[in-house]
Order: sequence, then C-alpha cells, then structure tokens
Amino acid sequence: MRPAAVVGTGQTHHAAKRLDVSMAGLCREAIDRAMADAGVDWPDIDAVVLGKAPDLFEGVMMPELFLSDALGAVGKPLLRVHTAGSVGGSTGNVAASLVQSGVHDRVLAVAFEKQSESNAMWALSVPTPFTMPVHAGAGGYFAPHVRAYIRRAGAPEHVGAMVAAKDRRNGALNPYAHLKQPDITVESVRASTMLWDPIRYDETCPSSDGACAVVISAAETSGPAAWIRATAMRTEPTTFAGRDQVNPQAGRDAARALWKQAGITDPLSEVDAAEIYVPFSWFEPMWLENLGFTDTGQGWKLTEAGETEIGGRLPVNPSGGVLSSNPIGASGLLRFAEAAMQVMGTAGEHQVDGVRTALGHAYGGGSQFFAMWVVGSERP
Amino acid sequence: MTKPLSAPLDVGFDYTRSTGPTLGRFLSDLRRRKVTGIRGSDGRVHVPPLEYDPVTAERLTEFVDVASTGVVRGWSWIPEPLEAQPLDRPFAWALIQLDGADTSLLHAVDAGSPDRMSTGARVRVRWRADRVGAITDIECFELSDEPSDEPVEADDVTMVTTPVHLHYTHSASPTEDPFLRGLMDGRLIAQRCPACEKVYFPPRPACPTDGVPTTDQIELSDRGTITTFCVVNVPFLGQRIPPPYVSAYVLLDGADIPFLHLLLGVAPEDVRMGMRVEAVWKPREEWGPTMQNIDHFRPSGEPDAPFDSYSQHL
Ligand SMILES: [Zn+2]
Repeated sequence: MRPAAVVGTGQTHHAAKRLDVSMAGLCREAIDRAMADAGVDWPDIDAVVLGKAPDLFEGVMMPELFLSDALGAVGKPLLRVHTAGSVGGSTGNVAASLVQSGVHDRVLAVAFEKQSESNAMWALSVPTPFTMPVHAGAGGYFAPHVRAYIRRAGAPEHVGAMVAAKDRRNGALNPYAHLKQPDITVESVRASTMLWDPIRYDETCPSSDGACAVVISAAETSGPAAWIRATAMRTEPTTFAGRDQVNPQAGRDAARALWKQAGITDPLSEVDAAEIYVPFSWFEPMWLENLGFTDTGQGWKLTEAGETEIGGRLPVNPSGGVLSSNPIGASGLLRFAEAAMQVMGTAGEHQVDGVRTALGHAYGGGSQFFAMWVVGSERP
Repeated sequence: MTKPLSAPLDVGFDYTRSTGPTLGRFLSDLRRRKVTGIRGSDGRVHVPPLEYDPVTAERLTEFVDVASTGVVRGWSWIPEPLEAQPLDRPFAWALIQLDGADTSLLHAVDAGSPDRMSTGARVRVRWRADRVGAITDIECFELSDEPSDEPVEADDVTMVTTPVHLHYTHSASPTEDPFLRGLMDGRLIAQRCPACEKVYFPPRPACPTDGVPTTDQIELSDRGTITTFCVVNVPFLGQRIPPPYVSAYVLLDGADIPFLHLLLGVAPEDVRMGMRVEAVWKPREEWGPTMQNIDHFRPSGEPDAPFDSYSQHL
C-alpha cells in the first residue's frame, strides 16, 4: 500500500436551514474550499466519492446522479457510499483506499446532508404493520443504552453535562459550527429540559444543513499534508442475542485493527487529538472505552478530570463535534477532516498545540457501522 | 403452506427543496409563462438550466430566454397513465427541444392518439392557469406551431414542495407468521437457534450469530424483566401516547433478547432497571396479528431481578 495524504479540507457554514443554496450549491461550497485549500483544480481530480445518509432523509434515491455536474464527476469515476450516520467516515476511507491502492492519484471525497429539507423521523422509524410503535427517533433509540452505560460504569450523572458544555464551548471557537455557545456551563446543561431521560436537550446534537469535502492525494501539493497512517471499518447487526449495545464488538474490533495498522500501542499517550462522533454527550466516555483510550468503565474518569478539554491529555472534539453541528451525512467526514486539520495546523482558533497524530471517528445506524482513521504529520 | 399475513403500508411526506439561484430562476420564470435556459462553456443552451457546467464543472450564470415552442426529438406512448403522472388520459412522454435550446426537456404531450405523434412534430407549451413555480406549471405540450400565451408578472420562487408517497404491501416472513398468528390467540411464540440455543422473541428467519434457521418453536409467558429504558418527555410526529411515558426493553422470561414496549402503571421516576413486569392485554375482541395486542407492560410486584441476570442483554 502506498502512502496517501489529506492535502485539502473544506466545509460549509453549518446552520439549521441553508435555504440560500440547493443541495448542489451546498456541496460546492465545501468542495470549492477543499480544492482551494489543496491548491488543485478539476483536471487534478481523478475520481469522486460521495457520501450521504439514508435516502428517506431527503427523499433522494440517487444523489450521485443528479449531483454529477456539481461534483465535477462528468467523465470520471463516481462512487456513492451508504453506511447510515457513519457514511462520512466511510467516504473518507473509501477515497483513501482508492489512492493507497494505486488506482487513482488524487480523489475528492464529499459528504452532505440538508436536514431542513428532510424527514429524519420518517427515515428512522417507518411504522411497519404488526409491530409496537414505541420509538421516539434517534434520542429514544440511544437513551436506554446510555442509561445502561451509566449503570455499568457507575458514572456520576454530571459527566454527560460536562461533555456537552465542553463541546459547545469548543464550537464557539469554530467559525463553521452551527451552535456557538461560549457561555454554556455544566449547570446550564443540567438545567435544560430532559427529553429522553437520561438525555437532556443540551446533550443532544442539533439538526443541521452542511457539507464537507477533502482532497486525498498520493503526493503533497502546495500546502501542508495529513498522512493517513491507518483506516478501519467494521460492521455488526443492529440486534442479536447477547449484543453489547454499550460497547459494540464492531467498534472494538475496528479500533484494535486501526491502532495495529498505525503502529500505536498506547493510544492515550500517542494520539494528540481526537474527533469522535458524539451526537449525545454520553457517547464521549462510551467511545473512549470502545476505542481503547481507557479500560472498560473508566472512560468517564478521563472526561471528569478535564483531560478531554483543549489543553488536556487527549483533547476530544476541539471543533465542537457533532454536538455543535450535525449535517448527518457529512458529520463523519467532518470528524475525519477536522482530525486532518489538527495535523496540518490549519484548525485556527480551535487548533490544539503540537498535534502530530490525530484520530477521526464515525459510527452509524444502531451503533452498527464504524469507520475511523489515524492521520499524522509525517509521511509513513 | 398458507400465505403469510400481509397489510398495506402507506408512507408519505412533503419534501421541500431550496431551489438555489439557477433552478429558482427557471421555476420563477415558468410561473411567468417563460422558459429559461443557461449557456454552457461550450456555447450549448441547456434547458432546464444547469447550476454547474457538465464540461468544466464551473458555476454557470448566463441565462438565455428560449421559446415556448419546439420539436419532438423522441417519444413513447403511455396508454394507461399512472397515479401522479401529468395527464389522466393516454399521452406521450416526449423529449422536446425548445426553439433556442440545444438540449431536450422531458414532458408530456397531449396528442390524443399515438397516430398523431411523430419525431419532428412541432409542439408548444400549454400553460397551467394556476402556476406555483414548478415544472408542472407546464401542464403539458400540445401539437401546434402557434406561439403559447404571453408572459405575465409573478413573484420569485425559492422553494418547491415535492410530495412523495409510497404504497407497499408489507408481508410477514414465513417465520414471523406463526408468531403473529399466535398473538391472535394471546400466545407468545418464540424460536430457538439449534446451534447457540438462544431464544429469539420476536422470532427471526435465521439466527444472526450462526446463520442457521431457527426451527425450534417454544411458547413464552408474558412476564419479564426491564433491562433498560428511557423516559420519553418529548412530543414528536405520529406519537400515540402523550408524554411523559416509559419506552422499555422487556426481556421475557426464557428469551435471550429484549424488545421495546410501553411501560405504564408506574410513575416514570419509579421505574428501575431490573424491574419485574407483566403484560396487560387489550380486550380479546380487539386482538389482531400484532404486538399491539399487549397494550402495555406494568410492574408485577415481584422483587427486582439481580443485575447479573440481565447484564448480558444490555
Ligand atoms: Zn445461534
């Protein structure tokens, strides 16, 4: 496998409603920024990989067809990736593999979601006959598993609020973030409405319109590069007897493969920043454990000690993360791109000092799809 | 084998679409009884206009007025129109190149008979009286070489609404079928995997772990344990019960996988992981082939199950 690097990143200004642009225009806002960042033009792009969350969200079955002009894909290979909420991460990994394998020299990866023009409730829970309709959307799905985590780990109740306050404060440093709440506090999060007990309003991600793009190349271009040291994806069924819904096997397996490929034996010491897919606050400690940053049941202690803040031992979601912007299809690629930005030193106000190695992570479906990559400042 | 149970499943949603500057101009002009194209980098005029050039991928901005008359470049006769098609009588789908355009637009031609349709036929737009800024503002095309109605003034359009409706027949799988027929008799039918011996309720066609058919049928009682739960405080579209209420994973005694159901008869703040529960059935005359025969679960009054007895089901 030959080395590949992220040489340019771009994203939209994420917002509840981007009524000023079509879906094509939304994608191009991110793409044009990524291409300018990479210092490349359309003839330099060999192939395009597109990611978007499930079709029912926007009622668009084949975005790859109607967006081919806007994505500059005419006359080039165009692939669509489709792994629910993790799709942005899988899109980055597929694009990386096309370069690492030697199939293409330079690939554009783009992912988007226009949640204001979609129906997430319908997409997530079509009321099929013969079943008991007790679902309540994504929050209602994940809340029982969050409760199970709190019980299993013996975590104190305020840890979730700590994550939410941290990520929203970080989001205030990110010019592209949907939510900017510099004055949020653990107390104000705890005082917010309990939506799906134990998940409070301020502990849930927003619903955003947005897009993200990255240019992945076999060679450096004009600017800095984030070299892809490892990629991993794993999948498991949504339900089966004995499934660990709190600490899914697929996520543990993906992380183990990722660290091995990157040559990392002690992730907590060797990773300088992490962009982890945290749509509900408690998923920070849950995924810290699942990813192997801590032992099982210990993730919340890292959060509680403030070690996941910017300046801590492992800054998690310095960009503000999914809790500050959630254009679902794009959210995974945003994590991957933000990890690359940390390594490239282009993260601006939310740049963590001295990042040489960073993690990008995404999960989707009922915690059944996992995608992740490790990027580093040195060519492998 | 009897035919598995089936039921209609209709889903529908009115999707909205921000038009952006290019399609917005096109749709706004349709409302004004005008057809607008856009010039590409190679000089071709695209109708409908493209936001980005198919050759260079650059943003296109040079709008061009084209005529409301044109020529049929290809067609197909539709003898029996379907729901939501432009006309409710036989018509032709046609690729129509408007005068001044270099590309063809797909639309309906109200020709009356396939005998009157031909490639090369001259057609003109028949404008809808009540125009909203949508492709259906062109009601259809008609066979004529005369110009269409003159343009009028109208406000800009920036958003369109696209209703999507899907009509399915949802059929139960052969494995689900005995389970659903059991429910009609108030029985809870599960199946056991012959390899790992895990008991699935509701049953599956195959064990997800071993991939073998779950052939052994067993009947479970209607008592179980709450493994975990959430208190739903938020109202949402299509909600059946006013919040707050408890959505709980119920692990029936003898089953190896919990399922979601409603927990009532207890204050939400008093619900606990490990709480023992029993089914509350609807009146027998309301029973059908559905889990909704169980109206809800309620506490059975037994002591809580120890954590270790259900921790592997979280
Ligand atoms: Zn089995």
